[in-house]
Amino acid sequence: MPLLNVTGLSVTLSTADGAARAVRDMNFSLEKGETLGIVGESGCGKSITALALMGLLPERSETTGKIEFNGENLLQKPETEMCALRGNRMAMIFQEPMTSLNPVHTIGRQVMEPLRLHKNMTRAEAKAEAVRLLDRVGIPNPQERLGNYPHQLSGGQRQRVMIAMALSCSPDILIADEPTTALDVTIQDQILELIQSLVREEDMALILISHDLGVISENTDRIMVMYGGAAVETGPTETFFEALSHPYSQGLFAAMPKLGMGRTSRLMTIPGVVPDLINLPSGCTFTDRCPLATAECRNSAPPLRQLTAGHNVACYHLDKARTMKAEGLFA
Amino acid sequence: MTLPVSGDNVSLHETNPTGVLFSTCLAKITMSIFFAKRLLTLIVTLIGASMVIFVVMEILPGDPALVILGINATDEMVALLTTELGLDRSAPVRYWDWISGLLVGEMGMSYAYKVPVWELVEGALWITVPLAIISITFSITLALVVGLYAAANHNKPADIGLMGFSQLGISIPNFWLAVLLIMFFAIELRWFPAGGFPGWDEGIFKSFKALLLPAIALATVVGAILARITRSAVLEVYREDYVRTARAKGLSQRATLWLHVLRNALIPVLTVTGIQFAGLLAGTVVVENVFHIPGLGSLVLKAINNRDTIVVENVVLLLAAMVITVNFIVDMLYAVIDPRLKAQDI
Repeated sequence: MPLLNVTGLSVTLSTADGAARAVRDMNFSLEKGETLGIVGESGCGKSITALALMGLLPERSETTGKIEFNGENLLQKPETEMCALRGNRMAMIFQEPMTSLNPVHTIGRQVMEPLRLHKNMTRAEAKAEAVRLLDRVGIPNPQERLGNYPHQLSGGQRQRVMIAMALSCSPDILIADEPTTALDVTIQDQILELIQSLVREEDMALILISHDLGVISENTDRIMVMYGGAAVETGPTETFFEALSHPYSQGLFAAMPKLGMGRTSRLMTIPGVVPDLINLPSGCTFTDRCPLATAECRNSAPPLRQLTAGHNVACYHLDKARTMKAEGLFA
Repeated sequence: MTLPVSGDNVSLHETNPTGVLFSTCLAKITMSIFFAKRLLTLIVTLIGASMVIFVVMEILPGDPALVILGINATDEMVALLTTELGLDRSAPVRYWDWISGLLVGEMGMSYAYKVPVWELVEGALWITVPLAIISITFSITLALVVGLYAAANHNKPADIGLMGFSQLGISIPNFWLAVLLIMFFAIELRWFPAGGFPGWDEGIFKSFKALLLPAIALATVVGAILARITRSAVLEVYREDYVRTARAKGLSQRATLWLHVLRNALIPVLTVTGIQFAGLLAGTVVVENVFHIPGLGSLVLKAINNRDTIVVENVVLLLAAMVITVNFIVDMLYAVIDPRLKAQDI
């Protein structure tokens, strides 16, 4: 039995302009200790998927499908049981370390909170554990830092504190939603390395969400590319870039700046914008931006099909996409 | 001035104890500077206020001597009284006289009543200050209960209903509410006196009873305003990232509200409470008149009619001092609630 098994997950957010289908029919599973990278541009439903897993979506939303965690469907769990899971068996790190910590509470109090809540530790025990955790995530002088407020720490240190908080109860699964996007490049690597080493030590499962294919490829076992609220391509990281076929994935890959590109060559971009989640096209959501799109793409959405072992792609024109890969689909 | 903040990398000075000592010292100095700055502002504001008050009273038409003696007074009598009251001296001299008196705790003598001004003020203070404290306590209690409940039930019938009531509360003029309260609780039910103040010597309970209806009349409007501020502040804070973090830790909706939302939401509530409390101290005059309570408002009104300028000047300056002090306390409380404000000078 996998640790996490998501089947047919769909999320509809009700907005002032109508219902936005933020996530559509997502299927994936995660084993203990496995790392999954979800990549895609802003507004593709990555964060909504993460929040759906945690059961932290806004009240005005509807979630359907199944999220089985240790064999239990989280969508059917009452709120009190979800509270007992959150921060305990499943934890999350957010994008904005600058605003993710409560400005009026000390670091110590915030790190101690889940320990007191889930582990029923006494103040003294929680304090000792908090010092250990802060030390573990590389905060210098942890004893002293306990009394500090978030504004007295740098962005990188705040993210370290967030990580300490998330790991405090040794969860089975850690969801990191763009954990390094708001940080300096030099700090980004340190934080990713820290997450990696901690995940490995604790044998935790990790879902790493990023818009950066580079970050994802270096830190995961499996990659899932999302577009317009659905997975368009998924496969093992090791062979992913070789097997990579979906026109959107190709575009995403080609849009990455590469070393030695020279200043004369322009960075490739995918023309067009992400689809409006309120008025999604009925067929493949990438149709309007895809150079290979045909009438078939417009009419019905392509299902995920297995290309090689474990590598699935949702596209009607796979052969053409693959043959054109060498010369560059968007060149 | 901010506390030393280290970069992401371990820097050496952080780990040595001298650095720790230095940062504690720095924090203390920062706090002292903060207090000193606020105190200086307080003194400068009071000096400015005293000048404005004095000049306004100078410009105000009407001669105290003439008012005291009545329309049949002869010019000689008026001149004699003017000299006796010391009003024939030049304005700067009288201003200096007033201020130097205040510095040694002397407010001077009332022109109209021939008693020390402090005697008049003291009696009124013992009514207005308790009245203001009782009404602000009512207001805050009402505001927190209603505001939090409405926010927790955002957009549900309870929220919409409560906000409708609070809109009504804001719209009702307090003197009209005072009349309604008298009609119902004093005349119909006979639970409370319709007006007047027995004096604290007559027993705390009796005096408190006399202040209760005026306090409710005053607290309704203030409470309604504060309830709306509380609600919107709580809803605002609910959207913050750290609230999501708290939920992700496993805190329930209610625990998040009490432990993470409330304290952050208190900052705007505190600001408005400070302003409203100052308003309560200075603005109880209408309600005091409806209930025939001899508070500061009534005193200053009578003094203006009598051209008892020395009383007016002292009372208004006292009110200004109280308003500034309340603001000072509010600023201090900001620093208690929000640690970020300690580091910066407000």
